[in-house]
Amino acid sequence: MGAEAERKIRILIAKPGLDGHDRGAKVIARAFRDAGMEVIYTGLRQTPEMIANAAIQEDVDAIGMSCLSGAHMYLFPRVIELLRERGADDIVVFGGGTIPDEDIPKLKAAGIAAVFTPGARTTEAIEFVRRNVKSKAV
Amino acid sequence: MSEKKDLKRIEQEKERWEADTLKPTLKNTPERAERFTSVSMTPVERLYSPADLAGWDFIREVGFPGEYPYTRGIHPTMYRGKLWTMRMFAGFGTAAETNRRFKYLLEQGQMGLSTAFDLPTLMGYDSDHPFSAGEVGKCGVAIDSLADMEALFDGIPLGEVTTSMTITSPASVLWAMYIAVCEKQGVPYHNAGGTIQNDILKEYIAQKEYIYPIEPSVRLVTDTVLFGAYHLPRWNTISISGYHIREAGSTALQELAFTLADGMVYVEEAIKAGLEVDAFAPRLSFFFDCHNDLFEEVAKFRAARRLWARVMRERFRARDPRSWLLRTHAQTAGVALTAQQPYNNIARVAIQALAGVLGGTQSLHTNAMDEAMALPTEEAATIALRTQQIIAYESGVTNTVDPLAGSYYVEKLTSQMEAGAWEYFRKIEDLGGMIRAVERGFPQREIADAAYSYQQAIEREEKIIVGVNRFTADEEPPIPLLSIDREAEARQIDRLQQLRRSRDKDVVMRSLDALRQAAVGRDPWGKDLLMPKILDAVRAYATLGEIMGVFREVWGEYTEPHII
Repeated sequence: MGAEAERKIRILIAKPGLDGHDRGAKVIARAFRDAGMEVIYTGLRQTPEMIANAAIQEDVDAIGMSCLSGAHMYLFPRVIELLRERGADDIVVFGGGTIPDEDIPKLKAAGIAAVFTPGARTTEAIEFVRRNVKSKAV
Repeated sequence: MSEKKDLKRIEQEKERWEADTLKPTLKNTPERAERFTSVSMTPVERLYSPADLAGWDFIREVGFPGEYPYTRGIHPTMYRGKLWTMRMFAGFGTAAETNRRFKYLLEQGQMGLSTAFDLPTLMGYDSDHPFSAGEVGKCGVAIDSLADMEALFDGIPLGEVTTSMTITSPASVLWAMYIAVCEKQGVPYHNAGGTIQNDILKEYIAQKEYIYPIEPSVRLVTDTVLFGAYHLPRWNTISISGYHIREAGSTALQELAFTLADGMVYVEEAIKAGLEVDAFAPRLSFFFDCHNDLFEEVAKFRAARRLWARVMRERFRARDPRSWLLRTHAQTAGVALTAQQPYNNIARVAIQALAGVLGGTQSLHTNAMDEAMALPTEEAATIALRTQQIIAYESGVTNTVDPLAGSYYVEKLTSQMEAGAWEYFRKIEDLGGMIRAVERGFPQREIADAAYSYQQAIEREEKIIVGVNRFTADEEPPIPLLSIDREAEARQIDRLQQLRRSRDKDVVMRSLDALRQAAVGRDPWGKDLLMPKILDAVRAYATLGEIMGVFREVWGEYTEPHII
């Protein structure tokens, strides 16, 4: 139980699709790391399959995806589908990028737990992960 | 000698002022912060005076416009003679849809075209490739073959407009398609004018739309430089770009230094391939960001011209003054736009655009207020264009050349920028040159560090972003956004598959075989030049994915070192 409580939160930061804008992904990856989490960064150009595989193999608690190409409506829900198919839907999935407000409810309905748009603070994302991953562990 | 005496007097006066006037004021009303910094986190002094410019020589550092070292601008009359080209970047959905937006922008007084491509096109994949799923037509127009390029420029006389194409890894192929459309329109090669971005080094550093390993990629770029030098004298074959470096989070100085360092690589490579420097250097152009910090940005543009002139003349021994000129496009900083209170972005863009104009840019794209969320609507893009027109026709800043010259602050900043860039050039040389530095991740790490410290400064509220970490609003009325028709992808795939059925397969295969042979060999003196082979393949309606696939096969793909 003690070991369980001390286990660091493991988080996968992923860049799905062809988009190469990685400033946000790198900034958030560093912020999570500085907040004491274990961060795995996939690098660029990951298919939803690659992301789901990496998440399962690395046994992460959460996946943060960043997409600035406008393809989030296809890519984000596809990752959720794949996780569900493989029984890994306990992984908390959130996303960020240039995402119009009107898409956010649809993404949430598809199982994306939170969406952070330009201007969001890294601390908001950190708090979100702490809150949601913790409640999962109980 | 009297100058030294003057300087001494000024310094004494400054000390007196600090004691008599400043000190009591600071005691009663301290300043808002202990230290003031630019948006690049560079310290800014309270006050600048001639004392900050000791040893500074007007003729050597600034001089006159249209003359070496071009600090004041590349034309003697600058905007009194001709305004900058207002060039708005556009592209979405299919070629036919973007063609309509192009025609609309031309009717609104835009002066040149600028094409945004979707990610599959930028990455050299056809629209029906599995990696393209969900991305077709999203952040730009989808182009799979010459047939799409014909539709994109349908009814637009390519001998009369100039066209910029923001594409890099597949730049040679898209350029070949454009040239083929010129052939069909009967526009002679020497009348075709425009720019391909084609700056592959900045892809490894910042934008990350690389495909092949660095060396063959640089070869492809050099190939286009050679082809342009021989056949298309009005074409800018590389737009050496700082924009993406800055957008990835660099400082203004890093943007300047890494961009010029990239430029020097292209010059060296073209010389190695056998060209005289003056045969191609006049066709190199640049592309910089204009961010929020007005004076820092102006200094960056001025320092860029001075540095490039010195590098080209002194290091590369260019004799043609046109080789010394740093001609540049500029775009306002997308990274500075906020999704919160989007109308505020109109004001940001106006300040950024003003920086580009005061910096002496040759062409300018202004971002639309809605671009932190989506591609711009027609209305938002129109406001952005009108912003440029207001600066051009109402503000008065175009009436005189380089109006900020002689400002103690701006001249000091310009000199600091130049000195800082030389320092970076030395570091890069110590690492074995820019290609080695990029392979080792040096510029990438510098940029990631700068991006992270800026984000932290925002979160500590050392940097204030209106509407984001101050003056926030709870409820914001939504603004209309452009949504890309989801059917566009299916339509584009249909169109592509129809093309594959209707073209002459043997001609396509033969052209691709010839290209493969050229890619395997390497003869910079012409036999294995790739551009003519690419042109043949394009004319045969080989697709972008097929052509880029040949190179993928021969050269392999690049994977980047992970740097967080």
